Amino acid sequence: MRSEAFYRKQEVLGRRRRALDQGFRVLGMVLTLGTLGVLGILLLNLAVHGLSRIDWQFLTSFPSRRAGEAGILSAWVGTLLLMLVTAGVAVPFGLAAGIYLEEYAPKNRWTDFIEINIANLAGVPSILYGLMALGLFVYQFHFGQSLLSGGLALACLVLPIVIVATRESLRTIPSSIREAAFALGATRWQAVWHHLLPYSTGGIATGVILAMSRAIGESAPLITIGALTFIAFLPPAPLISQPPFVSFDWLFSPFTALPIQMFNWVSRPGEEFQSNAAAAGLILIGITLSMNATAILLRRRAQRNIVW
Amino acid sequence: MKTASQPSSLSGKEFVPSEAEVAAKVQIRGLNFFYGNHQVLRAVTMDVPALQVTALIGPSGCGKTTLLRCLNRMHDLYPGNRYEGSIHVQPDGTDILGAGVDPIQVRMRFGMVFQKPNPFPKSIYENVAYGLRLQGVNQRRELDERVEKALREAALWDEAKSRLHQMAHNLSGGQQQRLCIARAIATDPDVVLFDEPTSALDPIATSKIEELIVELKKRVTVMIVTHNLQQAGRISDMTAFMYLGELIELGETNRMFTNPTKPQTEDYISGRFG
Repeated sequence: MRSEAFYRKQEVLGRRRRALDQGFRVLGMVLTLGTLGVLGILLLNLAVHGLSRIDWQFLTSFPSRRAGEAGILSAWVGTLLLMLVTAGVAVPFGLAAGIYLEEYAPKNRWTDFIEINIANLAGVPSILYGLMALGLFVYQFHFGQSLLSGGLALACLVLPIVIVATRESLRTIPSSIREAAFALGATRWQAVWHHLLPYSTGGIATGVILAMSRAIGESAPLITIGALTFIAFLPPAPLISQPPFVSFDWLFSPFTALPIQMFNWVSRPGEEFQSNAAAAGLILIGITLSMNATAILLRRRAQRNIVW
Repeated sequence: MKTASQPSSLSGKEFVPSEAEVAAKVQIRGLNFFYGNHQVLRAVTMDVPALQVTALIGPSGCGKTTLLRCLNRMHDLYPGNRYEGSIHVQPDGTDILGAGVDPIQVRMRFGMVFQKPNPFPKSIYENVAYGLRLQGVNQRRELDERVEKALREAALWDEAKSRLHQMAHNLSGGQQQRLCIARAIATDPDVVLFDEPTSALDPIATSKIEELIVELKKRVTVMIVTHNLQQAGRISDMTAFMYLGELIELGETNRMFTNPTKPQTEDYISGRFG
């Protein structure tokens, strides 16, 4: 038989526990809203300064000394082409490395070492990739201060992200699926090509998009290799009228990119250039957010379509 | 390879194996198997009769699944595994453990059905067609015919014919396992290996799979690992009892269950351990 004092004590304790619970709930909510609030204020600030600046003229003009006539044509084209180079290099290399490490490589000290270092690479400050690209691609390989050098630098930067995403999506496929394919006489390559890759496309695509949205906002490595801040021309077109109809001259063209254009405008005096910077920033954030949204959608779809 | 047996299985009459056909399909001789330094199979020697069901029984960890997976060289997929001895497959007598034998070729002769149904996340049709495609069958008509034949033999055709191009995962667990059987037999393997195929299924689905296995032996040699002694008794012609990596006794199922010669076999079958 428990005394009345016992129950009274339990009641007090219970009230205290509930208060603590409630307290944490409120604290968590405040902190979450606070974080979101900072982001919201940032967006709002950019929008107030830049939104009115975004129009057709802004998207189709080259930079100019007169803020009102300046635009981001060379910047967004540069960013687009950079992403093309980055994806073109990081996706095949990242996929190949991820597939090799997950499906082919023996598990020993060597592969453990490689694994740890891939994780480390993901944490290397981006400016170091810029320095490496400057030494290797610009000076050693004579690629120049070009789209190719910039794209390669960004590809190195995001390669670990692609590798890790590839490995993680391959790892979610149960080994019973691999054995089913092997038991029918598939080679490792056939198992990868017919089964593992198709079943992990969603996850890999998500990783690639997240990697690209990381690369698109990078400016440090591009500044290091010497991306120009004032480009009043477009790189040569990749499609030409004479055979073979494709040209790779654009790879060796000097370039600028959105974050660099923004950096340039921010560092200038004058209210008008500031609103140009805000407008460019808004567009950059818009691109990044829509890439992330696509990644989330892709992941959802992939999860819905494949059940083990 | 089993063309000799096919006319009799198509006639629908009770199958009477001719003398040549009760001969051994697979001859295992002095088979040792090691996971790294750990020896799992010890000098296993046995004959697996053609066109019969041979059950492998024994307590957990006795090596029966390991033995089954030697037959399609599944152990080659993981590092540190080693075989000694030989496994000859008739009629050609190839030693599938021999140097220069491609495990992929071995796996095309030995179909396998796993413990848990593991269909590919593809359509029913593509699941069954996959093994055929691996063997270079690309003609639409031939694929259609052989997919239908395999699904009929796996007693799944009636349930699946209207939704061949729907995802295999829409099927129930028992249907999925029959799909896996169809997938394994579509390529006309010499032997089909079953690794506890009903352990994840309910009793009704289990009895369908058992009927199917008995039906299958008309045209293909069957080996089945099972934890369920009643199941071994119901469907197998021969039973092999394994214990601690050794083959203790192999004999006709009826005799093994009523009159085993080795005391360990009797203890296991009578439920004294296991």
